[in-house]
Amino acid sequence: MSAGRAVSCPAGRAGSTPAVMASLVVLLCLAMAALAANFPPLTGRVVDQAGIIPPQTRRALDAKLADLETKSGIQLVVATVKSLDGLEIEPYANDLFRTWKLGEKAKNNGVLLLVAPNERRVRIEVGYGLEGTLTDALSKVIITNAIAPRFKAGDFGDGIVRGVDDIITVLTTDASEWQKRPSLRLDRQDEPGPLSWIVVAGLIGLVVLLVVSPGFRFFFFNVLLSSMISSGRSSGRGGTFSTGGGFSGGGFSGGGFSGGGGSSGGGGASGSW
Amino acid sequence: MTSSQSRIGTVLAAVLALFTVASCGYNTIPTLEEQAKARWADVQNNYQRRADLIPNLVATVQGYAKQEKDVLTAVVEARAKATQVKVDASQLTDPEKMKQFQDAQNQLTGALGRLLVVSENYPDLKSNQNFLALQSQLEGTENRIAVARRDYIEAVRAYNTELKTFPGMLWAAIFFRSAKPMAEFTAGDEAQKPPQVKF
Repeated sequence: MSAGRAVSCPAGRAGSTPAVMASLVVLLCLAMAALAANFPPLTGRVVDQAGIIPPQTRRALDAKLADLETKSGIQLVVATVKSLDGLEIEPYANDLFRTWKLGEKAKNNGVLLLVAPNERRVRIEVGYGLEGTLTDALSKVIITNAIAPRFKAGDFGDGIVRGVDDIITVLTTDASEWQKRPSLRLDRQDEPGPLSWIVVAGLIGLVVLLVVSPGFRFFFFNVLLSSMISSGRSSGRGGTFSTGGGFSGGGFSGGGFSGGGGSSGGGGASGSW
Repeated sequence: MTSSQSRIGTVLAAVLALFTVASCGYNTIPTLEEQAKARWADVQNNYQRRADLIPNLVATVQGYAKQEKDVLTAVVEARAKATQVKVDASQLTDPEKMKQFQDAQNQLTGALGRLLVVSENYPDLKSNQNFLALQSQLEGTENRIAVARRDYIEAVRAYNTELKTFPGMLWAAIFFRSAKPMAEFTAGDEAQKPPQVKF
């Protein structure tokens, strides 16, 4: 505040103040954008940005997590971050989960174990599909009993291993995970819109036209299709959901590891030590 | 022969026109509207989930802290009020109704926060397994509410923007005259956090 006044007082400099302010605002925006996108890349099932997991523990964890995914399709990822960028761990974990799209798109069966050693915070973020199995209360119990005491003693590797073991036990011993659960979220079932019968009729007409008329074929593929693609983009779901992950199921592509398109609505629990 | 051919031609032209209409964004407004409504359903589900946890919580706290009658009654009353105010999908455009909903829920958030603060004074209660489980469920629900609210706000923003920008503006003016911008959630996330009560 006082700095702003000092700059604007001399007559010669008065004109440059808005420019300075504008560039400050731009810089601030850039800084905030950079902060918001400061997630570590999903390089594998164990993303150890903070560097607190010993190499052999890491390899063992990796094998365990890969095994879980082959057997049950559940994507469990362990992440450690250097900083939460000034956020609480809950929104950070949810954003990170949605950015990485853990779990299969249709089942949302992902779990993220996030550790922020510098903030002394840990969170188990559970995808929509596993909320009924790995409940908030169970997540809290795992954090309090398996993870926090070992973190307090400074043994991050062991704490994470014990936490992962407990999470896997909960996920694989409860048979309800393989049973069909009624869908709670409205958007899961695709309700047929009022226009759906027109679309069906249109599709039939389209096929007939494509077969019958070469001129329409040309028109369809060159004009209509391209405009449909562009409008499809604008009608996508807003915000964090807008791109459904391209991989379904395994999530393996060319040796790398990626999320399967799952999402989370903030299930799970957090703790500190 | 010729008449049936021309009839086919008319039908095909109609189909073509429909496709053109659909591909130019006719569907965008209804799609975004439905999405926002679905997000709202999530918000309400999560508030409902919180309301469902409360009787159990109150019963558990009562077992250990009977003398905290005022705080307990406040929670029960706030819950009763909050469950009465429901906003269905057609009322999302009504800022007054939204404010009522928010006020009722905020009041419950405040009462719950005080209950949890008071609970800190009872070591037996704090180490009760049932209470710990309920507390973590409540925390989880508050977090889900925050996420659902954020998603809803984002969905409303997308819908309202579509109504005000080209080409959605045109579609709204021609076909969706009844489509009104939805009321935004006015209170920030701060209002959702339990108030920090210091004694």
